[in-house]
Amino acid sequence: MTVQFLRNPSRIALQSAAVFALAALAVPALGQARDPAYEAARAAGQVGELVDGYLGFPSSPTAEVRRVADAVNITRRKIYTQRALTQHSTVEEYAFTTACRLILKTAPGEKYQALDGTWHTRAAGEAPSRDPKCAAADAMPG
Amino acid sequence: MNSFELTYRALAAKTGPMQGSSVQIAAEKRRSQRRRVTAAMMVMGSALAIGGCVTVSAPDKPIVIELNINIKQDVVYRLATDVAKTIDENPGAF
Repeated sequence: MTVQFLRNPSRIALQSAAVFALAALAVPALGQARDPAYEAARAAGQVGELVDGYLGFPSSPTAEVRRVADAVNITRRKIYTQRALTQHSTVEEYAFTTACRLILKTAPGEKYQALDGTWHTRAAGEAPSRDPKCAAADAMPG
Repeated sequence: MNSFELTYRALAAKTGPMQGSSVQIAAEKRRSQRRRVTAAMMVMGSALAIGGCVTVSAPDKPIVIELNINIKQDVVYRLATDVAKTIDENPGAF
């Protein structure tokens, strides 16, 4: 069977093409854009990025904001758990590393939890206050 | 002329006869020992006095709670690439 495959490169090409096509189909399904309600809550500073990789509330949330944030956090928890398993890390380690990047990626005006635990609003052209260990998350090995 | 009294044990002579009598040396030694004890007592006394005056004041800066104390930097470094990929692949969740 394997020998047959090796002798027929066009078939391999066809198969890998099919695999790529499937992957291309799968990616948009996984990576849907942000829920508009979530996007609005971020922009309004009703939710912010916590240092532990989840969303928090800089001010007392409305029931709707809480629902949106809970949904995102449940999804995140699921992703962290899956990825931590494949990366042989703890869920907390994976979530923390993600938080490092997410805080760095916050848009101006969005809220994040600073190193001292207080809520900060991200200012344009200003590095966010993060855990010193986060510097390792910015350097990309490989 | 030295008059010897058997009031203490004389120390073995370590100095020659012209360098001072063993009685004088022993007396000197005792005196210095007494002085040392007095000094130690004074130090202890002042330490106690200072100890009684320690005041605890609240820090003016907020206390930083290190939640992720057991997360090591090398783990963060190792996970960085996969984390970046995960964020890109799941825009709805991040």
